[in-house]
Amino acid sequence: MSGFLPYAVAAWLFAAGIYGMATSRDLIHLVVCLTVAQSATYVLLLGVGYLHGAAAPIFADIGPNTRVVDPVVQALTLTDVVVEAVVVSLLLALAMQAHKRFGTLDPDDLRAMSS
Amino acid sequence: MTAAVQVAVLLLVAAAGTAVVLTRDTLKQAIVLSFYGLLLGILFFAYQAPDVGLSQITVGSVGVPLMLLLTLAKVRRREADREKGE
Amino acid sequence: MSRRARLWLLAPALAGFLGLLVWGMTGLPGSGDHQGAVAATIARTAVPERHATNVVTTVTLDYRGFDTLGEEMILFSAALGLVVLLREQRGERKEEVDDDRAAGRKAPGTSEGLRIFSLALVGPTVLLGLYIVAHGALTPGGGFQGGVILATSLLLVYLSGKYLALRELTPIPALEAGEALGAVAFALIGLGGLIASGVYLHNFIPLGTPKTILSGGTIPFLYLAIGLEVAGAFMLTFLEFLDQTLLVRSRSGG
Repeated sequence: MSGFLPYAVAAWLFAAGIYGMATSRDLIHLVVCLTVAQSATYVLLLGVGYLHGAAAPIFADIGPNTRVVDPVVQALTLTDVVVEAVVVSLLLALAMQAHKRFGTLDPDDLRAMSS
Repeated sequence: MTAAVQVAVLLLVAAAGTAVVLTRDTLKQAIVLSFYGLLLGILFFAYQAPDVGLSQITVGSVGVPLMLLLTLAKVRRREADREKGE
Repeated sequence: MSRRARLWLLAPALAGFLGLLVWGMTGLPGSGDHQGAVAATIARTAVPERHATNVVTTVTLDYRGFDTLGEEMILFSAALGLVVLLREQRGERKEEVDDDRAAGRKAPGTSEGLRIFSLALVGPTVLLGLYIVAHGALTPGGGFQGGVILATSLLLVYLSGKYLALRELTPIPALEAGEALGAVAFALIGLGGLIASGVYLHNFIPLGTPKTILSGGTIPFLYLAIGLEVAGAFMLTFLEFLDQTLLVRSRSGG
């Protein structure tokens, strides 16, 4: 049963993030809920790659034939973490400019841009 | 031993993620997000992924909450200016 | 669509999605029970093939090197988009301040201890960042993590109250040039592989002995390029946000 727990936590985090985004009244709060939904994918990927009793995939101090966890998912996740942070900062800048233009951060009150 | 740590941190991560979503005030949310980033980093270390844990701690606990706080400072100051101007 | 109608639409959709997700996850083997064939092969052959002890690095820069090129380009364009979004517009001006606090703040000033401590930590942070970038092939770390650590040294300067002095020393064009140089260097090293053996990003430098700093062929140089680019992108992001908060004011307002 505990083998299923990482997947369950990933599904819960994703659902929580989506719920937060849909019911948000503040653009900045919405961006943070997007971050939570993204972290669900990290948990899922690492859960898939894990192996019981295996070591980290760094062979600097262990013998060359020890069992290690999956290095491919770790490579995917680590570039993802850094890149998504910059994308989140771009979204925050968009929120800042939306506030300047419309005077409010409420997603319900933003109007279409007038010409 | 490791399995117990993993289960405990997973449950903490789920709880912290819910807390981040349910915190509506964005200033408090930035602090909770920083704590959530730290918990995620610990989770990644418990799952034998030190590279990913290193990325997550630097970016998720420092980078993103900082940019959130700066955005909030800018937005609140603009609102204060607007009220002064009216 | 009103809020209430939106919530009523969300609930069944989210429940259905969650049901499908959980049903799909039951098809997965339990976490920790199954080792993929690709993972086993890479773990066995990465160190003899590439002489780099950090297998995650070999996957990032060799076996999936093309993906890393794409990720780097995402980083670059996101930073570029940020600079364009926050450029000075007609209704704003950058004001001259001689004080490092946001204008009009009534909060108490920071303590001397914080300022001194932050300033003292800048040097060790830069050193740590460079160390992590350089040792990417050996121990956990590399260009991405080290680049972010290098960028946080800028935050320490801000905390120590010397932001404006730093602002005069690092003009934004220099940072943008550094970041672009990092992105281009990565692409060019890959091109060297194309010239040497007909495959993009193929290794063309002699592999050293494992566990020394120049092992792994092109890996240390690729990570140096990535470190430069990530540090440049994050420093640019932080600088733009700090400028917005501290310097940019609207022309009509206070």
